[in-house]
Amino acid sequence: MKRIALLGMPNTGKSTLFNRLTGSASRVGNWPGITVELLSGKILLGDEMVEIIDLPGIYDMHGFSEDEQVVRHFLHENIPDLALVVLNAAQIERQLSLLLQLKQFKLNMVVLLNMSDETKKLGITIDVNKMSATLGMPIFLLSAKYGTGYPEALQAITKALRNSVPSMPESVRKLIAQDEHIEREMAQIILQTVQIPARLPDNMTNRLDSLLLHPWLGLPIFFGFMFLLFQAIFLFGQPLQGVVNALFGWMREHAFGPLVGFLPAAIQGLLLDGVYNGVATVAAFVPLIVLFFLFMAIVEDTGYLSRAAFLMDALMAKMGLDGRSFVMLLMGFGCNVPALMGTRVMRSRSLRLLSMLVIPFSLCSARLQVFVFISAALFTPKAAPVVLFSLYLFSFATAILTALLFKRHYPNTEPFVLELPPYRFPTFRQMVMRGWHEVYQFLHRASKFIVAGVVLVWLLTNLPPSAAPASADTIAGMIGAWLHPIFSPIGISPDLTIALIFGFVAKEIVIGSLAVIYGMSGDALSGTLASQLDWVQAYSFMLFTLVYTPCLSTIATLRNESQSNKFMWFSIAWSLTLAWLLSFLFYQAARALGY
Amino acid sequence: MMLSKLNPGEIATIISIHTDEALHQRLLAMGFRSGKQIELIRKAWFSGPLQVRIGTTDILLRRAEAEKIMVQL
Ligand SMILES: Nc1nc2c(ncn2[C@@H]2O[C@H](COP(=O)(O)OP(=O)(O)OP(=O)(O)O)[C@@H](O)[C@H]2O)c(=O)[nH]1
Repeated sequence: MKRIALLGMPNTGKSTLFNRLTGSASRVGNWPGITVELLSGKILLGDEMVEIIDLPGIYDMHGFSEDEQVVRHFLHENIPDLALVVLNAAQIERQLSLLLQLKQFKLNMVVLLNMSDETKKLGITIDVNKMSATLGMPIFLLSAKYGTGYPEALQAITKALRNSVPSMPESVRKLIAQDEHIEREMAQIILQTVQIPARLPDNMTNRLDSLLLHPWLGLPIFFGFMFLLFQAIFLFGQPLQGVVNALFGWMREHAFGPLVGFLPAAIQGLLLDGVYNGVATVAAFVPLIVLFFLFMAIVEDTGYLSRAAFLMDALMAKMGLDGRSFVMLLMGFGCNVPALMGTRVMRSRSLRLLSMLVIPFSLCSARLQVFVFISAALFTPKAAPVVLFSLYLFSFATAILTALLFKRHYPNTEPFVLELPPYRFPTFRQMVMRGWHEVYQFLHRASKFIVAGVVLVWLLTNLPPSAAPASADTIAGMIGAWLHPIFSPIGISPDLTIALIFGFVAKEIVIGSLAVIYGMSGDALSGTLASQLDWVQAYSFMLFTLVYTPCLSTIATLRNESQSNKFMWFSIAWSLTLAWLLSFLFYQAARALGY
Repeated sequence: MMLSKLNPGEIATIISIHTDEALHQRLLAMGFRSGKQIELIRKAWFSGPLQVRIGTTDILLRRAEAEKIMVQL
């Protein structure tokens, strides 16, 4: 099958174009020569199936960052039949350098000057025909986001692919370090083909920046904004969750229950109280997840995150980190795994390791589910959002503490240089695609871990058959009792201990396993929790859940990204220790104060 | 003078860049070339990073890095 690779500088719209090309029919795959996973999709172009690969954005063909090495290796091991080079047309005067470097590889190329909508607003005009003639390759102006110019580009891609001869002579690879030559060529082409107004029009980005990056108002606005965002998720997510719960309850009573009614009681129990309750409890979080990622996607797409890096860099520097680490921490609020992978842009190993050590403390959406459920069950509707916010503060605090404690072991002198994109607002289509992608990921995880997890919990809490379900005589009860000396000083009961053990695999299972342990879901489960725990115990449980190792996927990613077992074990050991100490301090202090 | 010494709103010309090889590469790709005009947009609080503009690109960089870039008003 023929292969098309998408190449370009970071943030030029490769992924946007990729999504437009492939619809959502993409998957993550492994490639020879590189360890990271790349997104690829198969589509029908003309009359043949071709594979499209989205490569990481790079500045330079001979740069030193990990992403740049990845792209070099990829091109070396898997010469594409066509390289689609995506450049930001609004920044053509400097992005051309990458194109000229790529040109030396003598790849079969089609060049796409993306963001034509933005160049238009900025008053930049590009003589595409002339540029195409000068460079001797097909060049098209388009907007991947809005689709203008896309059909023509697609046609050219199809054509270019038809008469492709993949090649990359070994000799070329040796002679790419000729920047001076490139510089001259670049200046000439720009002069001939591009017109940039002397002063860019004062646009919305400038006006917004003068408020959002204000020396004194910037940070308060940022935190205020984040607070509102999480309030909104809570406010909209809760009622939706109730709706899903009610739906599943109804289905159990009227459809699923009668359906399995003929089976023996034990199996019915496994299916209804085990699988169904567990899965229903987890499914109730789907609306919350969708909302969360929708908001995250909007924030991420607007370009506000790089502003956050600007605002926070001075503080992060004091912790041995930089503005990018802060952005990754924020991304970690969605899911720790991509945030950990995002540290690849850092070149210094110490900076990367220190960032990877603190990212797992980000309160990810899976943990958010646990906290939303428990705080709604144990606290008044007024207090619950405050409780939730306090957990976010703890999340930051543990990250800061960790960085401060360990920064001496990870000294770094990495320069901090980052592009600041203009503010952009995602289209409706982009938001829907993103939301769907996240739900898909969530359900994918769910089918893998959660069902197996809840079945295991059911077995542990119902075996041996002679024991009363979820009593001290079951296997779970015995494990809980065995661990009791460790968990009783922090106020966590044997039942909850079991949930924590499963939380090690994935936090999505925690509430699901509680549903199985108590044999009920939704409001009934909330009621039981409220009667079994007081708020001090519940908060201690949430603190522990917040701080100890997020999930198996995170651990696997830590291992992969650091290429070090030692680092992985260190991270696990440290987070467990910190979790226990924090819960211990909180629990004992609260009890001592008479709560 | 050093880029870090510019005041917000001032436009200068880049004269030379004295960083290590790797950073030099990155800066080049971002548009830092001698002879180019550079505008200092703002400085972050607490000696945080600077926001500069070269052509149509806005870039953040720390003061330590800005001290290695020489400019002329
Ligand atoms: N105005 C405008 N914005 C666009 C266009 N194409 C992409 N964008 C936006 O540019 C931003 C970056 O797009 P991505 O597709 O994530 O860029 P990328 O090249 O994959 O970025 P990396 O993953 O960092 O390499 C997003 O906010 C997009 O919505 C376009 O044609 N016009």
